[in-house]
Amino acid sequence: MQTPKINLITFFFVSAIIGVATATFADIHPGDIIYNDGAVKQSLSGKAGDIESGAEIMNKGAGNCIACHQVTALSHLPFHGEIGPSLDGTADRWSEAELRGIVANAKIWFPETIMPAFYKTTGFIRLGDAYTGKAHEGNVEPLLTAQQIEDVVAFLMTLKEE
Amino acid sequence: MKKLAIITVTVFLSIKAASADPDNDSLIINDDIQLVTETAAPIHLENLDTIYSGWRFRTDETQALQVDDFDNPAMVFVDKAIDLFNTIDGIEGKACVSCHESVAQFRGLSAIMPKVIDGELVVLESFINDHRDQVMGAEPWKWSGEKMQSMVALIGLQSRGMPVNVKIDGEARPYWEQGKEMYYTRFGQLQLSCANCHEDNYGKMIRADHLSQGHANGFPTYRLKQAKLISRHNRFRGCIRDTRAETFAEGSDEFKALELYLASRSIGLTVETPAVRQ
Ligand code: HEC
Ligand code: HEC
Repeated sequence: MQTPKINLITFFFVSAIIGVATATFADIHPGDIIYNDGAVKQSLSGKAGDIESGAEIMNKGAGNCIACHQVTALSHLPFHGEIGPSLDGTADRWSEAELRGIVANAKIWFPETIMPAFYKTTGFIRLGDAYTGKAHEGNVEPLLTAQQIEDVVAFLMTLKEE
Repeated sequence: MKKLAIITVTVFLSIKAASADPDNDSLIINDDIQLVTETAAPIHLENLDTIYSGWRFRTDETQALQVDDFDNPAMVFVDKAIDLFNTIDGIEGKACVSCHESVAQFRGLSAIMPKVIDGELVVLESFINDHRDQVMGAEPWKWSGEKMQSMVALIGLQSRGMPVNVKIDGEARPYWEQGKEMYYTRFGQLQLSCANCHEDNYGKMIRADHLSQGHANGFPTYRLKQAKLISRHNRFRGCIRDTRAETFAEGSDEFKALELYLASRSIGLTVETPAVRQ
């Protein structure tokens, strides 16, 4: 794979300034994740997740989890979907490692599921360039970065019924 | 804290109330034409027992716009198409009316389209442009452009109330198979097929949208959000794009095949053109 010739220091500097989430060297690459029965023990970014950022991702961008899931803790936000189960109490049902696995690639737990794989870069049919309808070119980024997955998992871990 | 709990419950209930399965309304247009919005699924449709028109999934306000032609915003375009039908265009000095006495003679046509003609799958848009090109010597119309879709709506209106009845055997079979294959293909980075949304999850909310079975018997439909007539292929393009996939082109062989397959899923429902959607 050809890496684009850009100055890496500039790259990180700029990303830090504009606050764009980008992959870092500490991240486990989507192709290198080890799923243990669908669960992933290690943090994908090597860092802890940020609950607040996770809550935001639930509602927007490439996360948009509440398009399909109802979450009472986010009931201040409109239009929760009904395609998947309610995520209330999900942390009582699943361990952190399992939740990480489900968010990274739900198709390992639930083979035919409609839930997209958020940390996967291969195996797509007619992959497009985001929502433009045009063909994708160049490196494929997963729907969420390693850190965003961690953030979402940290948020999910707060969803306890007890 | 208690107040918060009550608010939470209310929000949750209102989400529930807004969704649910198709409603029980029945559709009689102009107090005269009874449309079939619910019927047994055709036998080749293995995964559904009952098929419902998309009209049944819309809000009362949106539904009302389709009940009387005076309220239907698509009728403006139907009127424009009547003018186009009578207007001479192209180097041969002809209008549609030069060959077709009246648009009423197309009654029944949209109920059996797409169909195979001379070994090729033909949809209404390609039919119209072929005539413009070969008979009138006129420029083709843009697939999803206003003129084309107004004409498709006018011709479709002649069959309103007639059951969809496309042919899927014989020469049509390979096209039908191709369309079916597409319907179940999980496209794009979200890996979603038409069936994932419109077969497995119709009746449910996906974000703010109430999922229907994705029938195309009301097309071209007037979409309130876009304030214009939307073609079938434009809708297909939108649905595939939303899976983060590379779509197919309007007028492509792939979309024609998908159009045939989709029409076959609606066999028994009535032509509803021009429908009104959110
Ligand atoms: C297109 C629909 C869809 C989207 C988008 C989606 N999910 Fe799911 N999810 C499902 C479905 C359906 C299931 C149930 C698994 C199955 O049987 O298919 C599920 C299951 C789950 C579960 C396990 C459910 C439990 O028992 O608590 C978790 C956790 C979860 N999803 C989290 C997420 C998160 C986090 C996101 C966003 C980053 C997300 N989902 C986005 C459809 C979706
Ligand atoms: C991610 C979910 C999703 C997928 C996948 C999807 N659609 Fe849709 N589709 C929608 C939504 C949402 C609407 C608008 C609400 C409705 O009518 O169901 C819609 C509407 C439609 C309509 C208009 C129905 C009407 O009554 O006007 C048609 C036709 C349609 N889709 C066909 C398709 C086809 C064909 C495919 C596959 C190529 C497809 N859809 C894939 C979500 C989806």
